[in-house]
Amino acid sequence: MNSAVIVFPGSNCDRDMAEALHLVSGRAPHMIWHREPTLPDGLDLIAIPGGFSYGDYLRAGAMAAQSPVMRAVREAAERGIFVLGVCNGFQVLAESHLLPGALMRNGGLSFVCRDVPLRVENSQSAFTARYQADEIVTFPVAHHDGNFQADEETLDRLEGEGRVALRYADAVNGSARNIAGILNEAGNVLGMMPHPERAVEPAHGRTDGRRLFEGLIEAVLQPA
Amino acid sequence: MKTRVYVTLKNGVLDPQGKAIHHALEGLGFSGVNDVRAGKLIELDLDPGVSDADVEAMCRKLLANTVIENYRIERPETAA
Repeated sequence: MNSAVIVFPGSNCDRDMAEALHLVSGRAPHMIWHREPTLPDGLDLIAIPGGFSYGDYLRAGAMAAQSPVMRAVREAAERGIFVLGVCNGFQVLAESHLLPGALMRNGGLSFVCRDVPLRVENSQSAFTARYQADEIVTFPVAHHDGNFQADEETLDRLEGEGRVALRYADAVNGSARNIAGILNEAGNVLGMMPHPERAVEPAHGRTDGRRLFEGLIEAVLQPA
Repeated sequence: MKTRVYVTLKNGVLDPQGKAIHHALEGLGFSGVNDVRAGKLIELDLDPGVSDADVEAMCRKLLANTVIENYRIERPETAA
């Protein structure tokens, strides 16, 4: 799998994401600086990592969404290339309108940094194909602005179309309907607050995140 | 020309920061505060030629996230 990790000033999970992609796919990803107007040819996956791009100025992800590289990411997403946004990456995707809704300050106001159980709500997507529907997996979260909000109509549509990929098993940050991760309409863009890249090898304490990357590799190697 | 853009959370959107400020005010002994909503004030120093429509576009494209926020534009009486 040929992948790229987008790096913004203030990204701090870009190395973790790169290590996870290298480990699981056997191939080091391209590291793409935010000023790049174009992406390498032949990409299968673009990962937007966690962190605090542009210091979370204005709103988390708002400035990154305006960066030159995001225009290229938007075009790639429209061509069907897989895009995974984790944590700040999810915020960037929402601010870029590649995913609906918004991520607000956590309901309890506290930064939440711990392992949380998640329910896999949709195991049909490329990202979640290696999980069982309703399976409970445990990923770390570490965020201050993970409180997913959208209007009721949007939430109903997301649920109805199977676009809620992951849901917190217990309330974590005030997210509407405990939503932890959502897909775009075409199913090739996933935004999620929990960190799969921090759960890919035994030294991490758990490996539940590994199957997310394995599912993508499988989808890339054997297109439907 | 200073133009002010007030960005506030939409009605019905829970405001965790406003809530925390409210609690802190109560903790300081201030009574009679029924609710607190926190927002942002953004001041723009604009050329006189910048149209209202341009400022609207700035708000929609960047200054406010219209999924959760409203904006209000306050432009000075144009001298021109």
